[in-house]
Amino acid sequence: MTNPYVPVLVLMAVAAVLALGGVAASAVIGPKRYNRAKLEAYECGIQPTPQATGGGRLPVKYYLVAMTFIVFDIEVVFLYPWAVSFAWLAGFGLVAMLVFLALITVPFVYEWRRGGFDWV
Amino acid sequence: MIPGVAADFSQDTFVTYLVKAVLIIVFLLTSVLVAIWFERRVVARMQVRPGPNVHGPFGLLQSLADAMKLLLKEDVNVTAADRIVYLLAPMVSVFCSLLVFAVVPFGPEVTIPFTDFTTPAQLTDFPVAVLYVLACASLGVYGIVLGGWSSGSTYPLLGSVRSTAQVISYELAMGLSLVSVFILAGSMSTSTIVEGQQSIWFFLPLLPAFVVYVISMIGETNRLPFDLPEAEGELVSGYMTEYSSMKFAWFFLAEYINMLNVSAIATTLFLGGWRAPWPLSAVGDGVLNTGWWPILWFLAKVWLLMFVFVWVRGTLLRLRYDQFMVFGWKVLIPVALAWVVVLAVVQWFRLDAGVSRTVLVAVILGVGLAAVALVSLWPDRRRSPEHDDAGPGSEAGTAPSSAPGTVDAFAGGYPVPPLPGQSLPPSPRAGRRPVEHVPAGGAGPDTPHDDVEEGAR
Repeated sequence: MTNPYVPVLVLMAVAAVLALGGVAASAVIGPKRYNRAKLEAYECGIQPTPQATGGGRLPVKYYLVAMTFIVFDIEVVFLYPWAVSFAWLAGFGLVAMLVFLALITVPFVYEWRRGGFDWV
Repeated sequence: MIPGVAADFSQDTFVTYLVKAVLIIVFLLTSVLVAIWFERRVVARMQVRPGPNVHGPFGLLQSLADAMKLLLKEDVNVTAADRIVYLLAPMVSVFCSLLVFAVVPFGPEVTIPFTDFTTPAQLTDFPVAVLYVLACASLGVYGIVLGGWSSGSTYPLLGSVRSTAQVISYELAMGLSLVSVFILAGSMSTSTIVEGQQSIWFFLPLLPAFVVYVISMIGETNRLPFDLPEAEGELVSGYMTEYSSMKFAWFFLAEYINMLNVSAIATTLFLGGWRAPWPLSAVGDGVLNTGWWPILWFLAKVWLLMFVFVWVRGTLLRLRYDQFMVFGWKVLIPVALAWVVVLAVVQWFRLDAGVSRTVLVAVILGVGLAAVALVSLWPDRRRSPEHDDAGPGSEAGTAPSSAPGTVDAFAGGYPVPPLPGQSLPPSPRAGRRPVEHVPAGGAGPDTPHDDVEEGAR
């Protein structure tokens, strides 16, 4: 066997069996005593507020973080192949990557100055 | 042999894969049981109390008892929950965390006792192994965000969005800190990276990247002081509030396996993997780096990092969420980026321009010292205007608390918030200036009047 990804599939299978088996076991073994209050969402003992699912609203900052994350995650993904073949790419690769990093730094500084990273 | 991978898996068969996979799962489960016990004992010692010590020797069976109890508890399905996602989320969480150890090298080639079957102490390895690790870590976020969302409750939802923002932010810093390892090793295969650390462990030449990695690995695993998704005082238990029984146990297990994962990756990429520490590596021409010994060194390093996790938890307080995000985006990511640029330029000088290592080290040390000197000699902007004020009229400098517009923050021994128009006196610790003792209300009856005049001038 030379395909190195086959063992990962084997591990995935074992992990999936464990993950499913645990939940199934507790569903079978554990007691079941019906109680309406127990099935309500946790809310410090008062009536639960309307459903968060679907109708919930969140601060827009989280959305902003997600957008910024995509930009920088792609940057990191571009950095990886360059880093691995750093010795071959030599000076040309270095200059190209420095230009790329400079181009990414401009929006980073812009967002910083516009307060994109200030949480309050 | 797989091209670009140092370890040789050519002898392995399907049975070997299965045995290794089961061994990895068993190793992780037992390690988590030990880790929970270890954490509780160490934190207890740090807080001067005994910790769990009843069940088994040194209380070692305590976490086993906890696990059994969780298994025997009722599996509550909240009515407001989105049933399928609610059921899947803990499984996704634990499934993703179990996969990382597939590419972690426990040691070099080992020979199974009583046979001549030789195999690497590692399930598998491929040229993009570290990318695979990052992929598994990223997928683990789905468990958290879906678990929080599907619970149909406010606290888990808040906990899960917090956790998502936190994990993706710190993943960036983590990913950037790994770039420098790839530059030095020229590979993303874990066994090749360990092979590349023969002469020196990467944490020494890459110290800034290592520091960034260690900080971001704590943020990535939602551990104190970065455990904002489960901040008990604010969010009950964060995204796992609505979970019970084994579903809760899976989230809990995933958190501890993730701690082991990031520790093992840190060990592999920065701390020399399975290599023996320096004085031992020289014993008997490197005999301690062969056979089954390396597994011992690997485990020792992983548990050292686990101790760091617990140590940090026992020492530091939880950060505020905005401070935490600002720290990630404004400190860790710029530092990691700058370090990548510095390292790339230095490596280019070393490899292509042919500058010798001694010259490079000398230049880097010189630049570093110059930078430190410049920073320490830089005039402190916060201090200088104060000195100008305090020069002629010394009363204004000695009794700032009674001037108009400022407030005595501890009048009568209680913390008093400033009213509108008032501002707090500067903290004595700001700028590390010497502390001036101001007796609260101890100034004479004339002094406030003088100060009003001083302020009016």
